[in-house]
Amino acid sequence: MTAAQARSAVPAVPGRTAGQRAPSQWWIYLLLILGVLLMVGPFLWMLLGSLKSQAEFLVSTPTFLPKEATTGNYQRLFDQLDFPRFFFNSSVVAVVVTVGNVLFCPMLGFALAKLQWRGKRLIMGLVLATLMVPAGITLIPNFVLMRNLGLVNTYPGLILPFLVGPFGVFLTRQFMYGIPDELLEAARIDGANEWRIFWQVVMPITVPVLATLGILTFLGSWNSFLYPLVMAQEPNMYTLPVALATFATGQYQADHGMLMAGSVVLVVPVLLIFILFQRWITEGIATTGLKG
Amino acid sequence: MTAPALVRRNVAEKGSASAAPRHTWREDLIGWSFAAPFVILFGIFLALPILAAFLMSFTSFGIRDIQNPIGASFVGLDNYAKLLSDAKFWKSLGNTAYFVVVGVPLTLALGLVIANALSRGITRFRTAFRVGYYLPVITSIVAIAVVWRFLLNPDVGLINMLLRNFGITGPDWLASPALAMPSIIAMAVWRNVGFAMVVFVAGMQAIPAMLYEAAAIDGAGRWQAFRYVTLPMLRPTILFMLVITTIGYLQLFEEPFVMTGGGPLDATLSVTMYMYQQGFPFFHQGYASAIAYVLFVIVAAVAFLQFRFLRTDDAPMEATR
Repeated sequence: MTAAQARSAVPAVPGRTAGQRAPSQWWIYLLLILGVLLMVGPFLWMLLGSLKSQAEFLVSTPTFLPKEATTGNYQRLFDQLDFPRFFFNSSVVAVVVTVGNVLFCPMLGFALAKLQWRGKRLIMGLVLATLMVPAGITLIPNFVLMRNLGLVNTYPGLILPFLVGPFGVFLTRQFMYGIPDELLEAARIDGANEWRIFWQVVMPITVPVLATLGILTFLGSWNSFLYPLVMAQEPNMYTLPVALATFATGQYQADHGMLMAGSVVLVVPVLLIFILFQRWITEGIATTGLKG
Repeated sequence: MTAPALVRRNVAEKGSASAAPRHTWREDLIGWSFAAPFVILFGIFLALPILAAFLMSFTSFGIRDIQNPIGASFVGLDNYAKLLSDAKFWKSLGNTAYFVVVGVPLTLALGLVIANALSRGITRFRTAFRVGYYLPVITSIVAIAVVWRFLLNPDVGLINMLLRNFGITGPDWLASPALAMPSIIAMAVWRNVGFAMVVFVAGMQAIPAMLYEAAAIDGAGRWQAFRYVTLPMLRPTILFMLVITTIGYLQLFEEPFVMTGGGPLDATLSVTMYMYQQGFPFFHQGYASAIAYVLFVIVAAVAFLQFRFLRTDDAPMEATR
């Protein structure tokens, strides 16, 4: 009998003890490890490819490992192409979009969950109705709007449409709905107005949800492609995905080493965030069904 | 706050349907002051464009109309009529359906298998596995598509390199009309299986352990526990994932854009990609809006089916006055 079985409080039945999981089996571990290798493999291929020189791709028998690791591809990204600029653009857009969502969405979430006001049902209905709207539908009208406002190829043009989103409202509203009213009443009796209650009572409790929302919003913005593809028409406003896709489908499409290096630059910040905050991400996803 | 106000608030929050709460202008003002930033941005950049796209789909909106959108000429249902006889549109719709019909079940089935292995098959290294399988989900699709295009490269790609070790000459995956879409499906399944897994693991955690205990007492094995406990209990989660994944897959865009440009012979042209082509390189924005709306209606139909069949008691969003 294993330790796990011994710990079980339920009396043993022949063969297997109730109240515990079926015993682990080595072949499940083996299959799972093979699966993880399949998941991680392309990332390794990307990293190793980024260290290979262009000459190495021209030889007849390609190899997994680079024969001679070189940082030449990265140097070209930074010298010949404007990757620091693209990185900066992506960062500015993602940070501002995240701040907007983490600020404005809980405000509405609070008003929907805990305040009584005329128009509340209408706004709630609108937010719910737009949860599933495909991104493509707003693309063309927003382009026409931005063109007329003179905001194509500007940061506001890339940022404004994403500063708020229905998911953030849904997420925060759901959480705040569960905060006991007694807590808010106590603050009201102490003379706090609704803004003080929001900032000093509700927001501190909501921090875990805001963290999840913030991380997911940042990842979504960092990775977004279709909208910046349309809105950033000059190279100086490209975000990283737009730059990478443009080079990959244009003049650099056979420059494998440089494209892999560009992918590394696009992927690594996200991997760092993921490794640091993986609990917030996977648990937030699991409870909301919201994708990063 | 005065005592009557407190009482009224409590009554309102108990939510009796008959007593519609009357709000003071002060309460309205406070409510709207919290809602205003969101509502203004949401109105201008989301609600208004959804309406505008609808109106544009009835016009011949083109590059000349951008300066003066009001002046676009109304053409009634012409765009939609044209779509019906547009072979390329039907091709894109068929490709998207192919991607969804094959990709979604594969993604969910694999996600379910991995989730079950993580939840019930093993006891150690769960977090490490979860992180590993989730890695591609958070990564940019553009980066993944660039990497996979390289993996699938017939001459210097890893996949054909491995095949060569077994003496097999691999095909030019993305240049073959028959293999291009399956390649893109494989990549999408690879990328999204971790998402399904995480949601299923969470669903499995909510299944009471006593159900498995009871099943074990009745002599159920691993497979029977999965078949008769996990699957039925997970039904709402599976249906939810089915809808979310279908809606996501219906909007296929980045993968063909980067990997194939919609080719070869339009074999990977998706609806969103066709909309993009019509709207931007060609500047047929009225026509593109009609394409966007057709996709919108399909997505809305899927979402409607969700609300129709998935009404469960865990939806406090509905429990509003």
